Amino acid sequence: MTDPISLSVVEAASALRRGDLSQDELFTAYRDRAAADDTNSFTWLADDLQAGLGGRDAAPGTDRPLAGVPLAVKDLFCVTGVPTASASNLLRGYRPPYTATAIDRLQHEGATILGKTNQDEFAMGSSNENSAFGPVLNPWDRTKVPGGSSGGSAAAVAAGLAPAAIGTDTGGSVRQPAALCGVVGLKPTYGTVSRYGMIAFASSLDQAGPITRNVADAAVLFRAMTGPADRNDMTSIGWAGQAAGIEVPSAERLDGVRIGVPTELLGEGVEPGVRASFDAALARAEELGATVVPIDLPHARHALSAYYLLAPAEASSNLARFDGVRYGNRADIGDGGLVELYTRTRHDGFGPEVKRRIMLGTYALSSGFYDAYYRRAQQTRTKIVEDFAAAHRDVDLIATPTSPTVAWGLGERTDDPVAMYQADVTTLPQSLAGVPAISIPCGLSDGLPVGLQLSGAAFSEQRILDAAHALEQVLGFDASPARRRGPAAPDAPAATGKDAA
Amino acid sequence: MTAYEPVIGLEIHVQLATRTKMFCGCELVFGDPPNTHTCPVCLGMPGTLPVVNAEAIRLGLMIGAAFGGELAQRLVFHRKSYFYPDLPKGYQISQFDEPLVSGGRLGDVGLERVHVEEDAAKLTHAGATGRIGGSTSSVVDYNRGGTPLAEIVTLPEIRSAEQASSWLRLLRETLRQLGVSDVNMEEGSLRCDANISIRPVGETTLGTKTELKNMNSFRFIEQGINAEVARQTALVQAGERVQQETLHFDPRTGSITSLRSKEGSHDYRYFPEPDMPPVAVPDELLQSALSSVPELPLERAERFRTELGLHEESARLLAFRRALGDYFEETLQAGGAGTDKQQVANWIGNDLVRRLEAQRKDDEAGETDTDPAQSKVTPAALAELVALVVAKKINRKAGEQVLDVLVAEGGRPQAVVEAKGLAAVGGADELRPVVQAALDANPDVVEKLRTGNMKPIGAIVGAVMKETKGRADGGEVTRITREILGL
Repeated sequence: MTDPISLSVVEAASALRRGDLSQDELFTAYRDRAAADDTNSFTWLADDLQAGLGGRDAAPGTDRPLAGVPLAVKDLFCVTGVPTASASNLLRGYRPPYTATAIDRLQHEGATILGKTNQDEFAMGSSNENSAFGPVLNPWDRTKVPGGSSGGSAAAVAAGLAPAAIGTDTGGSVRQPAALCGVVGLKPTYGTVSRYGMIAFASSLDQAGPITRNVADAAVLFRAMTGPADRNDMTSIGWAGQAAGIEVPSAERLDGVRIGVPTELLGEGVEPGVRASFDAALARAEELGATVVPIDLPHARHALSAYYLLAPAEASSNLARFDGVRYGNRADIGDGGLVELYTRTRHDGFGPEVKRRIMLGTYALSSGFYDAYYRRAQQTRTKIVEDFAAAHRDVDLIATPTSPTVAWGLGERTDDPVAMYQADVTTLPQSLAGVPAISIPCGLSDGLPVGLQLSGAAFSEQRILDAAHALEQVLGFDASPARRRGPAAPDAPAATGKDAA
Repeated sequence: MTAYEPVIGLEIHVQLATRTKMFCGCELVFGDPPNTHTCPVCLGMPGTLPVVNAEAIRLGLMIGAAFGGELAQRLVFHRKSYFYPDLPKGYQISQFDEPLVSGGRLGDVGLERVHVEEDAAKLTHAGATGRIGGSTSSVVDYNRGGTPLAEIVTLPEIRSAEQASSWLRLLRETLRQLGVSDVNMEEGSLRCDANISIRPVGETTLGTKTELKNMNSFRFIEQGINAEVARQTALVQAGERVQQETLHFDPRTGSITSLRSKEGSHDYRYFPEPDMPPVAVPDELLQSALSSVPELPLERAERFRTELGLHEESARLLAFRRALGDYFEETLQAGGAGTDKQQVANWIGNDLVRRLEAQRKDDEAGETDTDPAQSKVTPAALAELVALVVAKKINRKAGEQVLDVLVAEGGRPQAVVEAKGLAAVGGADELRPVVQAALDANPDVVEKLRTGNMKPIGAIVGAVMKETKGRADGGEVTRITREILGL
């Protein structure tokens, strides 16, 4: 019989429906692998299939499209009764009373929860080193970072610890770790997947998306996560307004597809190996019939500074609720008063990067600085939205390397926040524009995966998935987890801090 | 010495009478056990998001329409940030530079704006004073948290404590009649802050203002403003300056204490609420709001005055107390053409209300209206009573006795008149001999009357009343006396 671990989501779902595989068998196979994980990808593992129902009384019928498919879910998604901490000490041990809409929809389609995955604390980071549960190791090289903030989700899929994972993307947090771990990551159009139940980082940017072994799986999971607008989320527009549903991509050609390459985003920061791999992928696209043209996104180079004002501004407000009064871990202040309760709780509970961003955001919103920072950044964002709209009058898709570099060494950038922030330079413009984008692996550089990012106009997910699928077939990147199983590097940091189930 | 005038603006928070909270589906019930109407959204649990209550917006638009303000085309919310245990998210969702309503006017005071927002939770401080200073612990009830509020901000056009309190009564009655709020100051569904400054009479620029927080009765508002104006005046006359600060008035001691100074004031870091992008106000909602605004007290008073010819005071009394106004109009209808409208107004506004209020001593604060429709006196009975008095079939005193019976037992006035023998001693023919007898018995009074001194006529009226057991008409007695004496 086929090793269940080798099956993609689409294949596993089909095997489960045919009865070639039982839900327990599949769950246990992944549970065993995840329990032996040496990448620190998980913050919590379900003991069994029942625990993986996450607050639901019973598994949905076996006729559901994803019936029995176990998913690794980023820690910041609230799931009834399941530890949900957004990788923060402040929330360690917190179990929400409700389940996030995106996860609820996946469960409704039959998916079960294998575990919660490690991430940067409150999704703030590009390397998954800002986690209260310790860093995640890149399965390709355990001395390297997996990217972030959905590092645990990407590493779990890359290491074959789960058939697929759900992450969130604020400035690249699905795409960049997918690229650094050699898997597929889709950030949908802002609003197509409900944010209800995602512990917010930056409300106007946060968007949930799947991390998978191939493009078809991303399509299947995205289809399950979207749907009608969520009545609990006023920013949710769902997929209901779109004429067509999401199809599993089958395109093999790119005839007539115009791909724009923004020259501004291919500056000196892009490593030669990444550039070579990216250029080779574009050449394959042309062979499939696509036309590749240079385009201008004149304001894209300001995306980094705009993003690092807007996202922290929203975060400073979104994180104000973590005060130790109603939930989470409250500092012991003895006879101290209210201010001390707030101060100690937040001092002890938040990690340094979260504190840095709260300070940045508070400053940007302060009276006297608002116009110079927050308002200016919003104006820049509008310009970037206009840039993308103008570009898409000429091209169907925009291609960039997902990350200017391959995975870097653990600890290499932790003392230099600005260098860390620059890791997102090619994913931030699409986030600010709110448009959909996918990252697919397109080759190796120094033995580490390189990601190709394809983005399109709002709601062009189908076109992006089709093109990514066609390219995936010819690029021939082997994402099968067995290939990169190997012993942990001897000097890799120990996996720490896992919650008991 | 320079004379100073107060300049006062009010900020009124009104809890809107929606079934559910502003941004979640929790039911709004006053007085239930603490923390029984909460959910992940109004507790600010991680991952939750607000969804605006359309009914709250509709009620807010009704307020704006009632005031003739400019109604916003789109809904824009902002976050107002500060840390306090009554604010579960660490920010309040409010409105900032695009309020739901801009401008407008109610009576003698112009309005700056009306915006909608969510209420904070209720904090109770354990300890002697019930306030946070000196308390040993505090508990939070999140039932109130997330209640829809309209904040109504006036222009600084009020010039006295009395004007402030009488305008606030008008506002409360207008909101009550609009049906947008319970406007119950004791339960906190209407709360008032006052911005107060003083300036030399004749000066047009504004002085430094202080904000007097949360006065929960009309009496406290008057006392608080007067105390603060006196404090500021004393300061300025002593050559000192008023500091911008937020103050608390303690009605028990009459003292004013500082809550925080300007230096300690919050930077609220307002920014657009990213969880609720701006949305256009749906046309159905706007139309529904506009068509729901009833005739309001000031309009009704104007109609009573101009169309029904009531005196100003009667018109306002009946229009500002909706129950009285409604009863008044029903009585006119029952009485039919020829009913003396001013007399009906007088009988309702004075005699009937006084009797009904005497019946309900429990209502000392006068917070709830006396409603004659709930009494045993039907509009038809009152119309009949007034008609009897106007036609002089009974005199006023007898009419009052009839009303006593109606209030106590109900029934028809004519029947009461007959049962008690209250019919007036008829016209001049019947009364003339009685008056003549009274004059004959009081020659000294007659002498004074003849000199033009009408004061002692009371003795004649009294004698006639005694003789007729009170059923004579005082005016008629005077008329006959003058006739007999040729005055």
